[in-house]
Amino acid sequence: MDIRVQEAPFDLGAEANAFAARQTGMGAVVTFTGIVRDLGGDLDAMEIEHYPGMTEKALRAIADEAASRWQIGDALILHRHGRLAPDEMIMMVATASRHRTDAFQAAEFLMDFLKSRAPFWKKEVTDAGADWVAARDEDEDALSRW
Amino acid sequence: MDVLYFAWVRERIGHPKDRVDSAPATVMDLVEELRAREDRYAAAFSDLTVLRVAVDQELRDFDAPLTGAREVAFFPPMTGG
Repeated sequence: MDIRVQEAPFDLGAEANAFAARQTGMGAVVTFTGIVRDLGGDLDAMEIEHYPGMTEKALRAIADEAASRWQIGDALILHRHGRLAPDEMIMMVATASRHRTDAFQAAEFLMDFLKSRAPFWKKEVTDAGADWVAARDEDEDALSRW
Repeated sequence: MDVLYFAWVRERIGHPKDRVDSAPATVMDLVEELRAREDRYAAAFSDLTVLRVAVDQELRDFDAPLTGAREVAFFPPMTGG
C-alpha cells in the first residue's frame, strides 16, 4: 500500500506506470484521477486543507479495509493539498488485482470513502470570494452501498 | 490536551489550536467549556449537526469519553477526492 499526501503536482503517467511495473501476477490495474472542476466558469483556485497525521492514518485504514474486502495485490492513494488551479489533478487512486472486477470495485470503494472519511476540506476561490465546499448527501449515501 | 480546528471552524474561531488543561470527561463537556469562552466559540459550536469530531485522530461521536485523550479536533464534514 502506498499512501501519499503532498502539495506538489504528480505525474499521472509516471505514477500509473510505476504502479503497474511493480506488480507481479496481477491481471488488472485500475486508476482513477480527480481533477479541479470549474463548474461556474469563474473559479480562480481550489484550496485544499487537511489534517496532517490523521489524513495518512485515515487513508491507510480505508486502503486496509479495501484489501480485506477484495483480492487486491496493491493500492495507491495520492492526494494533494494546498492551492490548485482549475484542471489541475487533485488526487489519484490505483488498485491492482488478478481480476478486473476486484480492481474496479476496490478503486470505487477507495474513492467513496476518501471523499467523506478522510480529513480533507475544499474551498473554492472566485472573484466573488471564497466558499468552503459543502459535503453532499449523495457522498454520504454512497457509503451505504458497501 | 490540544484542541484543533479545521476549515470554517478554524476561520470562525480565529486560530487553529487551543490548549485545554481542564479534564473534560466527554467531547460534549469539552464543547460546553469552549462555548462558554467567547461568542465566536459559541457561534462555531452552535449547531453540532454540521460538525465532526476526532479524538486522537479517530472519528468519534460527541458523547465519546476523553479519558487519556491528547488531541481533539473539530471540523466540518469532509470533502476529499
